[in-house]
Amino acid sequence: MPAAGRRARRRQGRWLGLDLGSLLVVGAAFCLALPVLTVVLTALQPAGPVWRHLAETVLADYLINSLLLMLGVGAGALLVGVPAAWLVSLHEFPGRRWFEWALLLPMAVPAYIIAYTYTGLLDYAGPLQSLLREQFHWSRQGYWFPEVRSLPGAIIMLALVLYPYVYLLARAAFLDQSVAVSEVSRTLGAGPWRRFVAVSLPMARPALIAGVSLVQMEALADYGTVQYFGVGTFTTGIFRVWYGMNDAAAAAQLAAQLLLFVFALLVFERASRRRARFHHAGNRHYRARRQPLSGRAGALAGVACLIPLLLGFVIPAAQLAVWALRTAPQMIDGRFWPLLAHSLLLASGAALLILALALLLGYGLRLRPHPLVRLAVRAAGLGYAVPGTVVAIGVLLPFAAIDRRVDEWARGWLGISTGLLLSGTVVALLFAYCARFLPVALQSVEAGLSRIRPSMDDAARALGSSPKGVLGRVHLPMLRGSLWVALLLVFVDVLKELPATLILRPFNFNTLAVRTYELASDERLADSASFALAIVLAGIGPVILLSRAISRAKSDHDAVP
Amino acid sequence: MPDSFKPLILCSVLTLTSVLLATPALAEGEVNIYSARKEDLIKPLLDDFSKQAGVTVNLVTGKEEALLQRLQSEGVNTPADLMLTTDAGRLAAAREVGVLQAVKSETLAARIPAAYRDPDGYWYGLSVRARPIIYARERVKPAELSTYDDLADPKWKGKVCVRSSDSVYNQSLVAGMISHHGEAKTEAWAKGLVANFARPPKGGDRDQIKAVAAGECDVTLANTYYLGGMVNSSDEAEKQAAAKVAVFWPDAKTAGVHVNISGAGVTANARNRDNAIKLLEFMAADAAQRWYAETNNEYPVNPAIAPSATLKAWGEFKADTLNVAKLGELNPAAVRLMDRAGWK
Repeated sequence: MPAAGRRARRRQGRWLGLDLGSLLVVGAAFCLALPVLTVVLTALQPAGPVWRHLAETVLADYLINSLLLMLGVGAGALLVGVPAAWLVSLHEFPGRRWFEWALLLPMAVPAYIIAYTYTGLLDYAGPLQSLLREQFHWSRQGYWFPEVRSLPGAIIMLALVLYPYVYLLARAAFLDQSVAVSEVSRTLGAGPWRRFVAVSLPMARPALIAGVSLVQMEALADYGTVQYFGVGTFTTGIFRVWYGMNDAAAAAQLAAQLLLFVFALLVFERASRRRARFHHAGNRHYRARRQPLSGRAGALAGVACLIPLLLGFVIPAAQLAVWALRTAPQMIDGRFWPLLAHSLLLASGAALLILALALLLGYGLRLRPHPLVRLAVRAAGLGYAVPGTVVAIGVLLPFAAIDRRVDEWARGWLGISTGLLLSGTVVALLFAYCARFLPVALQSVEAGLSRIRPSMDDAARALGSSPKGVLGRVHLPMLRGSLWVALLLVFVDVLKELPATLILRPFNFNTLAVRTYELASDERLADSASFALAIVLAGIGPVILLSRAISRAKSDHDAVP
Repeated sequence: MPDSFKPLILCSVLTLTSVLLATPALAEGEVNIYSARKEDLIKPLLDDFSKQAGVTVNLVTGKEEALLQRLQSEGVNTPADLMLTTDAGRLAAAREVGVLQAVKSETLAARIPAAYRDPDGYWYGLSVRARPIIYARERVKPAELSTYDDLADPKWKGKVCVRSSDSVYNQSLVAGMISHHGEAKTEAWAKGLVANFARPPKGGDRDQIKAVAAGECDVTLANTYYLGGMVNSSDEAEKQAAAKVAVFWPDAKTAGVHVNISGAGVTANARNRDNAIKLLEFMAADAAQRWYAETNNEYPVNPAIAPSATLKAWGEFKADTLNVAKLGELNPAAVRLMDRAGWK
């Protein structure tokens, strides 16, 4: 179809320069941004004298700790994730095939659980320090041992379970890099280190930044770990002001400040991504041959991959298993199976729903890059960095308001009470998951779409394919890997999600995460281990699938030169 | 739509339908509870009640503030008939925002002492939780201990472990002290206490007890049921740690040991008010009170019921007679005070 004709047709039925499709996208994005908007609106109300009190006492601490946490976890995730991804994607060494998926396993461990297990192991009263004291007859203050429950401790804990996001995206980016670039740089005399720093790394930058920003948003939203470690951040501050001082408006204002942080983060991420949009413009794209590492280099590579795996997965899982072995006989009864079923159903339902929304918004951005569409989609993505409880309250308030309106209307016109239609149902819960985890899926879908150059659409259309045909025969095969990644990432995230589930779930409806929390917050760590382990085990399957999906997507991609 | 999308869509629809069907339906006459008490510490009682009274009970657990927010935003449409918390302050706050209703019941008044219920019957205490001083048997003589106040004395420098001021237990304790001693004196006390910390506050109550047992510090503040839980734990290490510490009941000659309650109130818009009251009365009755005492090592509110053997072993104590509603009222002031004192 001639471009001019298409444009003319599209111009009809516009509003604010938006056509129907764009309006749909803006509408959907607006709905998803509703919880965050609710927080912002609450923040506009005048707060009590609390705010001044905060500024005088603890606000500076919150600010500095949050900033350090965000930067530290980001740096830690890069430091672990990037070398590991570089090693397994561009080299061959003993155990590589195995590490390729195993390095994703820490993702299945919720951050608060790893915090509990390490505290149990490394605390002053824990087995390691007690053993050292007994062995060497150390006195109480006579020796130095790193304190787990501190800001550096929190940074390490979070980095250990969050680095897989960076690893995942970095690995995809490294695998995506054309062999030609690598060979050219080799011909030009660049050694392996120089090739890594000067070629691979800069080319992977957009992916690395995307990964780090996900990690940093997760770190900012974390509550369980920092609270347990006694580190004052924005999230702990929000709850302290809200619960302890009964000032919801001041708490919302703290949350709004947190949003500012995130917004700055996102702007930075977009800006740096825009500058490097296309990875390879040519049509010759073959996967680089892996460089074999043997002897000492191979062993070193193996050790570099083994350390994060040990610390982020094997040790905490082993500790959980030890506890679970002791307590499982009393803890696992008939109530276990409904918990598992609820967790799995919620996670899969939410993952599918969120994938659909991410596709809608992703295509909206691609086909209608109107500034308003872009703004709406970005606003919908803020929820990821907001603590789950805040998102949940942001869902609770508008949903209850809707229920009230509908109920009033029904009473007035139909003489019946409709009661609560949305609040206290699974719908509210699913909506909260969408508002919170959409960015994870969108990130992946957008990355997938960016690989499909618009010229491919044109080529397919020129060859006589219908729009449907382009979607089914060009887009879907090229997107399949990204869609799987989006689906599985969200699945694992929802499986681990606690605060929103806790507040919004219906009567008599528990999940594994809720059960774990109930026991752990009662300081019955050993009793909670069976359920924590069940979360981890339920997450492993998808993580392995995830890894295979990516590998498969790569080989599909390579088959289409 | 390309064919390859069809199975995906079919699968999505099926999954979402089954998720939606997983929402249990509520029926008339059933009692619905929002509970800040953990499921393990309430469900067995509710099951007993269901069996006895033939009334089904539905439960959502969660954090009290979040449940309160849910109750508030649901307004007249709320399905909840009963709100259960583990802290008097939150019950007082719930009354304040108007989500509870007054209940007059001879039975409840007879079973629950006045200090442990709202003067107008908006809420009733169901169990008592005391927060004494826990000390290391080997290094501290009980004679060295006297009051909460005394813990701020420089002689305890580097010997006190305390949980974060985020903990509502510490907030309540400080609120109680403000009520007895006034804000200025309490702030000076908090500053002295902070100066005596062996390490920055962290961890839960059990962690404090373990730190005392391991020798990181000599004294701490902890709720009795945590120590009770450790004494009866299936974990050998916890049992051993509990054996190394002892309970000291402070302020015996002054205000008495700081106590808080877990309790419940009937919601303002309860649809099953009568059954909700029946359930409250059931929870204040002998069998349920004994269960509270035995299962979670809390003190029964009902004076006719004896505490558990574990608790009896720690001796009798004089409890603070301050009406627990006061704790909620002073909670914001307590939090600000701890911020100023540098209690992390």
